[in-house]
Amino acid sequence: MDDALLNTLRSIVANATPLVIASLGETVNERAGVINLSLDGSLALAAMAGFVAGLTTESIWVGLFAASITGALVALLIAFASIELRQDQVAVGFVLTILCADLARFLGQDYTRISGPQIRRLEIPLLADIPFLGPVFFQQNMIVYFSYILVFVTWFWLFRTQPGMTQRALGERPEAAFARGVPVNRYRYLYTIVGGLLVGLAGAAYSLNVKPGLSNPPSMQGDGWIALAIVIFGGWHPFRVVFGAYLFALLRAVSSDIQTNGLAIFGQDIEFNFVLLNGLPWTLMILSLLLVSSGSIERLLRMLPKPLQRRLRAFLRSDPPKAIGTRFDNDS
Amino acid sequence: MANLNNTDSLNAVLVRLAFFILPIIISLAISALLVIAVDRDPMEVSQLIWEGAFRNQRSQAGVLNLFITLVLVSIGLIVTFRAGLWNIGVEGQMMMGAVFASIIPMAFLQNESLDPAAFPQPLIVGGSILLAMFGGILWATLVGILKIYLGINEIFGGVALNALANVGAIYLISGPWEPDIGGSAQGTAPFPKETLIPQISSEFPTSLLMLVICAVAFIVVTFMLTRTRWGLSLKANGLNDRSALLLGVATDRIGMSAFWVCGALAGIAGSYRALFTFDSLRPLASGGIGFLGLLVVLLVSIRIIWVPLVAFIFAAILSGSTRLRISLQLDSSLASVLQGTLVLLVLLSNGARDAWFRRRNTTQPDQSGEI
Repeated sequence: MDDALLNTLRSIVANATPLVIASLGETVNERAGVINLSLDGSLALAAMAGFVAGLTTESIWVGLFAASITGALVALLIAFASIELRQDQVAVGFVLTILCADLARFLGQDYTRISGPQIRRLEIPLLADIPFLGPVFFQQNMIVYFSYILVFVTWFWLFRTQPGMTQRALGERPEAAFARGVPVNRYRYLYTIVGGLLVGLAGAAYSLNVKPGLSNPPSMQGDGWIALAIVIFGGWHPFRVVFGAYLFALLRAVSSDIQTNGLAIFGQDIEFNFVLLNGLPWTLMILSLLLVSSGSIERLLRMLPKPLQRRLRAFLRSDPPKAIGTRFDNDS
Repeated sequence: MANLNNTDSLNAVLVRLAFFILPIIISLAISALLVIAVDRDPMEVSQLIWEGAFRNQRSQAGVLNLFITLVLVSIGLIVTFRAGLWNIGVEGQMMMGAVFASIIPMAFLQNESLDPAAFPQPLIVGGSILLAMFGGILWATLVGILKIYLGINEIFGGVALNALANVGAIYLISGPWEPDIGGSAQGTAPFPKETLIPQISSEFPTSLLMLVICAVAFIVVTFMLTRTRWGLSLKANGLNDRSALLLGVATDRIGMSAFWVCGALAGIAGSYRALFTFDSLRPLASGGIGFLGLLVVLLVSIRIIWVPLVAFIFAAILSGSTRLRISLQLDSSLASVLQGTLVLLVLLSNGARDAWFRRRNTTQPDQSGEI
């Protein structure tokens, strides 16, 4: 197998990792009914906190911890504003998007463009030697491995455990969960904070790994929105969410390859202004949301044989959790 | 009994006042702490911001120039918020305004046979502003189509179209509109003087025309919102899509009309950035003013009457903070941090205030005022 190709694929997996973790985190809180819209800002703030903490203590672990806590605090604020103060989750989330990005810029101003700690590569014995899969998936670092585990844990939790089912009920029919004795708002706090921890970790995955250090504007600017869109594209299902994140990273790698090496189709050089390629992720975002929102998936399914239809529909369904973004009042 | 009610309502007023003032004090305190955290003196910083905004006529004009754009987008956003729409795409609508406003100036730049001095300036500038409105409306329509007919949340449609508008502007700057010498992604060549929005004077460089447009927009939109059936339909649409439909309001048309009004105003704001602030087309011409407008509107809880005052204060802080970098090597994002903190705390404080009154009313049901 071509070494260059393996390297490219390996870097795609690494580059997708923050998106994977952030969108899985958002899946966790949205499944419980809480939208954390602040991702584009909280990723930047967590990345800054993680980098500065890691740099000053010379410890990756402290950096990861600081970033996760930062993400969790932002999420906690949204849950608090929504649950206790009855404020609109989207409004508070939007303000935090802007505020966190500005805070990251202000507090990180003396730390831009300096090199700091980076998460080291850690090959997994035996697995790393498997042809093709080894170099691509198992010659990575611990945060990437964590993302693999996270996918399965999230899926298993949501769809194969009792508490996971309760969590989904919080997002679908909180009043039913409440009637069965579930403390809805307490659990919503819990899952929002867990989601925030993951978003924070994703922030550190940028500043300590994928795009080491801090820059202005932050290197991950826009990725928060993309992660939010991936959750919708992924139908709030961990496997599809991860598929979306990898697909995105792949297309982004293709577009940056074209920007550096040019584009040739059948040996014919294609000339155009490569600046336009920067619009690709956003066009893709709109198209992927169109795909899941316009009923085209349903039309596609109908063309398939019946038994296959049923199974695929369960996987491809993309209705949002019914109570997403709404408040639940215990006292009403 | 009457006395009791009086002290009661006096208490209520005091509580409201406290919930109004507290977020202001706390956000100032937080900002001061942040300044201390980066080893600078908060008093010196506030002094610099004040001087930066008001030290002379030029700086005062700078505040007004930011105010003009901010107030225009905020008025537009009041309309979309009234309709229950989150027009995050306002940034892109501003950028498109700047792009479309650049069409006529670029035509003069690129055709040497055309002399801008041969045309009446009001015609050139007026035409450019109209084009800018068209550009803003066009971009707002796309968000509207995605939202209303294709079921894509306007937040995502808006964010994506913001980015695409900027890509479009950079494409023009680095491609068809690339300057002859020193071609870079920094901006187009400076536009001919005759195509720019005229300034009051070189000592007080702001535009009377634009201030008038702001005033007209404010009055017309206020009137439309409060005195017309359209304003009522908007409100019905914002409160509840379904009930609006039952009341016979065409929800798709009313939503789209809100996008158009906001797009047009954002377009005018964009034209001011290109034809006055920069004298050229630059990337990210909106400069975050659209997002700031969203913050303004959230701060005033969608009440248009407060927009000019808050927009002016925000413009002064933002304009004044540009001196921080020069004098203290301090990132000017401090101003945005202060504004963001203030808006966040105001939202939280509104919630806390309502909770306070709610609790009081439930423990003392006799005084709930509903009897």
